[in-house]
Amino acid sequence: MLGYLIRRILAAIPVMGVVALFVFLLLRLTPGDPAAILAGDNATPEQLDRIRTSLGLNEPLYTQFFTWIGKLLHGDFGVSLISNVPVITMIGNRIEPTVAIALSTIILTVIVAVPLGVVAAWKHGTWIDRFVMALSVIGFSVPVFVIGYVLIQVFAIDLRWLPVQGYRSFARGFGPFFERIALPTLTLSFIYIALIARMTRAAMLDVLDEDYIRTARAKGIAEHGVLLRHALRNAAVPVITVIGTGFALLISGVVVTETVFNLPGIGRLTVDAVLARDYPVIQAMILLTSGIYVGVNLLIDLSYTLLDPRIRY
Amino acid sequence: MAVDALPDPSLRITPRRLGRNLLRSNPIIAIAAICLAVIVLMAIFAPLISPHDPQLLAPAQRLKPASAEYPLGTDAYGRDVLSRIFYGGRVSLLIGLGSAVFSVVIGLVIGLVSGFFKWVDAIMMRIMDGLMAIPAILLAIAVVSLSGASLMTVLVAITIPEVPRVARLVRSVVLTAREEPYVEAAISVGTSLPKIMWRHLMPNTVAPLIVQGTYVCASAILVEAILSFLGAGISPEIPTWGNIMAEGRAFFQIKPSLIFWPGLMLSIAILSVNLIGDAARDALDPRMKQREARP
Repeated sequence: MLGYLIRRILAAIPVMGVVALFVFLLLRLTPGDPAAILAGDNATPEQLDRIRTSLGLNEPLYTQFFTWIGKLLHGDFGVSLISNVPVITMIGNRIEPTVAIALSTIILTVIVAVPLGVVAAWKHGTWIDRFVMALSVIGFSVPVFVIGYVLIQVFAIDLRWLPVQGYRSFARGFGPFFERIALPTLTLSFIYIALIARMTRAAMLDVLDEDYIRTARAKGIAEHGVLLRHALRNAAVPVITVIGTGFALLISGVVVTETVFNLPGIGRLTVDAVLARDYPVIQAMILLTSGIYVGVNLLIDLSYTLLDPRIRY
Repeated sequence: MAVDALPDPSLRITPRRLGRNLLRSNPIIAIAAICLAVIVLMAIFAPLISPHDPQLLAPAQRLKPASAEYPLGTDAYGRDVLSRIFYGGRVSLLIGLGSAVFSVVIGLVIGLVSGFFKWVDAIMMRIMDGLMAIPAILLAIAVVSLSGASLMTVLVAITIPEVPRVARLVRSVVLTAREEPYVEAAISVGTSLPKIMWRHLMPNTVAPLIVQGTYVCASAILVEAILSFLGAGISPEIPTWGNIMAEGRAFFQIKPSLIFWPGLMLSIAILSVNLIGDAARDALDPRMKQREARP
């Protein structure tokens, strides 16, 4: 197990290396002077100079790369070109809303999607199954922001149950906090529920055909016992895997959802950085989200041994 | 004996028979195909059917409700929303199709080569893993923000994150196919490598690539709209469904239809392409169909 863990962590290094190289080269290989690209059309020579020094653009390419990597490894993600604040501080200030809606989305998704998938597989071919499948295709196809605006229109403008936009920190009371993350969570969950419900259904269908399910039923075990203890436990591995790979979807969804609901999270921070060409922030966000993605998938790989005792590393 | 082994001609899949069976067995697919056809025709004939110039500014007519002259009303600059939606379909479809074609072609080449040469495989798959770890939207907005928002940049930005998915798919098909006796036979009689790839390996990838291509198309249309919506897409004067929505964002509480109409078109387009992809998968891969629709 320890050996496997070490091997997996070592395997994650080249992946993150490629991400870092990509992020690094993206700016340098874009045609034109990187400093001019970042500074925009009306930049003064002093501004250009400041950007060049700040990003080390006057050094040879390989020196730039290794200096940059060295700083990254020490937790130094650079300084914003716009506000001169360290990027890591900016991210720290904006992370709460993002973590809040990401976590609540995952929780809501698991609570809703897994039972939906189980029931769809159990009642295979019935209207329930068709309903779940239809829901999942629609969930894949309707863009996140369209769902967001429909929810705002219905729940915030027509019914006036919830505030339209904005965020209130958890520290200032659960009520206002909950009111403001409810709609973003619903919005973001839609596509994730579609994905996980579909995968749960497929995994359950595979498992329900197995001999041990027939045996369990023949033994006279109650149907819910068969479904939960015998089928779902065995279907868990592919479902958990998709929760991990779907994480990329979640990150992309967060960026859009925060824009729709005006949440001051890191998704919005990224979009603002892109519009202002604040490259150190863009760079840090790509590295951070990719790192989280790789980390989550590593944890999920390790969780297989807990879910399925047959898997040994 | 050899004659007996030939497949019954009535069972052979011809494109026409495939199409007919699809429509008969699944009316939803028929509806999806019709919807998509309507959207494509709307985009192609946009100059003929648009009641107004989609870029004509008319400040006196701003945010007008639906009327006989402006069937869907006007936007904040007095431009006709219906005409903009017709024209907006052009960008979405172009990006969808372009991204599908480019990612399939590039992914096919990378997949074929890495499936065949172990040393290329080791390097290529690490690169693909790295690219797949970057969330597609972030990668796309980063590329667009640096290179400027032309149609070509947006297309490239959307295609890059799709390539690894296609390459991995092709590679997995090639890894299985290259163990087949007919490939070994071809190698042993000294068939040239390009010919083996083209004649013996490539045909195996066609069916999965058609399916994957439709999914890439749907996802590219979605990502383009998201980029425009975030303000990191094609420049705002050019009507795209995402741009119409991005501009409607500020007036959402006064005129929600600025977001809903393009949102509806976008959803119908993506839904149709996804459904057609599902149908193609069921038709081309009977095993999947069995699994999805088991009695």
